[in-house]
Amino acid sequence: MGTVTELKYESPETAQAVVALLSGVGPMARIFAGGTDLLVQMHEELIEPTLLIDIKGIPETREIDVTADEIRIGAAVTGAELGEHQELKSRWPGIVEAVELIGSYQVQGRATIGGNLCNASPAADSVPALIAAAAKVIIAGPNGTREVPAEEFSVGPGRTCLAAGEFVTSIVLPKQNQRSGDAYLRFIPRTEMDIAVVGAGACVSLNDDGTCASARLALGAVAPTAKRVAAATDILQGNRLDDGVLAALAKAANDACAPIDDKRGTIEFRTKVAGVLACRAVKIAWQRAENR
Amino acid sequence: MPKHQITTTINGDEVDFGCHAGQTLLDVLRTELGMTGTKNGCGSGDCGACTVIVDGRPVNACLVLGVELQGAEIETIEGMAKGRTLHPLQQKFLDHAALQCGICTPGILNMAKALLEKNPDPTETEVRYGLAGNLCRCTGYDKIVRAVLDAAADMRANG
Ligand SMILES: Cc1cc2nc3c(=O)[nH]c(=O)nc-3n(C[C@H](O)[C@H](O)[C@H](O)COP(=O)(O)OP(=O)(O)OC[C@H]3O[C@@H](n4cnc5c(N)ncnc54)[C@H](O)[C@@H]3O)c2cc1C
Ligand code: FES
Ligand code: FES
Repeated sequence: MGTVTELKYESPETAQAVVALLSGVGPMARIFAGGTDLLVQMHEELIEPTLLIDIKGIPETREIDVTADEIRIGAAVTGAELGEHQELKSRWPGIVEAVELIGSYQVQGRATIGGNLCNASPAADSVPALIAAAAKVIIAGPNGTREVPAEEFSVGPGRTCLAAGEFVTSIVLPKQNQRSGDAYLRFIPRTEMDIAVVGAGACVSLNDDGTCASARLALGAVAPTAKRVAAATDILQGNRLDDGVLAALAKAANDACAPIDDKRGTIEFRTKVAGVLACRAVKIAWQRAENR
Repeated sequence: MPKHQITTTINGDEVDFGCHAGQTLLDVLRTELGMTGTKNGCGSGDCGACTVIVDGRPVNACLVLGVELQGAEIETIEGMAKGRTLHPLQQKFLDHAALQCGICTPGILNMAKALLEKNPDPTETEVRYGLAGNLCRCTGYDKIVRAVLDAAADMRANG
């Protein structure tokens, strides 16, 4: 770390103090949550910030607040903590299985859901699950707070919609229908500790007659940002999961892909896997909705 | 550049140290405190050689900063044996020859200890997944997994 001696560290106790520090220092200030992306990037000298602003001392970033309507997850809640939260696990198993895929147990104890979102990797595991869930991102900034749908938060690899002085305080999962379920699946070449070649998040609500009331599908690692497959919603709504619907769903997932070609997966391979994973994730979400 | 003054508990003893803002716990342990039992294999969260336990959770010491640790409880390999009595995991690693060069061993022992605290009776698969964040270039893992399973059986039998 070349400029280590110039680096400063602050641990404010309020969101307002974070905004003031961010606004004062500008882009050389970085929010520091679990550090599992940030410290790696600093170690590799990809970034050399002058100020780290640790947000873990702000109570609202560390809490999981469950109400009858929604669940608010503080941005600095870790994967390990989400996995231990029984209520969250039973209401949003897909979100929890996505964050639990992030890294080893050692990484899990540190990696936060807000950090995963804000690092804005196209392959970030929690993001397709959050998009499928229609999660809202709560942002604090110089002009107060605002909300952005998870699907609009990342605007390119490593880039977010955050303006100067803004940071994420929490993520809100909306009220669910009675019979709904979600799921996240990823494909990696190994069985553990790897980056998604494709990730698929799905969320399904059912009518009393067993047809689909509403559904959302999102894909990761197949485009510059994780993205929602809007066509999937129309394909599923009002229908049952028969072969024709599944074939249309796979085609919609294929069509949404604009992946890179690299040693971990060719364009053709990623596109094909996206269709397969999309169908599997929807099936699991559907089954979970039926079992509610 | 002023150093931050931090007070922690390491292996049950109160320990004060000074550190720069960007200094990792791994660097603090090894350079500031001379506790070289915690190993540096990669510095980027990939190998697990630096695994220590902070406030009850296993973490990569290379991805934690010293400045964040005011009041934290830290457990390192130096605190694992009680006096001259080895921890059952340490003893089983010797019995099974579960180490060669030993660079990965402190991290694996800490991770295995944390794992067995959460799940005293793991399956072989659970042990392998649990240790997925710890790389070993020498042993081929089988002996490590056997030693952990044997230590778990031992610890269950002896309460
Ligand atoms: C060994 C290893 C394995 C990994 N495996 C995976 C994996 O399988 N899947 C995966 O998706 N990721 C993986 N990661 C990446 C990383 O662990 C995750 O992205 C993690 O969720 C990041 O969270 P963090 O709290 O550590 O973020 P940090 O490193 O603290 O922050 C990441 C970035 O987001 C910014 N930031 C953080 N919080 C906020 C906020 N609230 N508001 C505004 N900006 C913010 C920071 O400034 C920084 O730029 C892995 C990392 C390691 C080291
Ligand atoms: S040195 Fe920390 S994980 Fe390799
Ligand atoms: S014994 Fe050499 S790395 Fe494990």
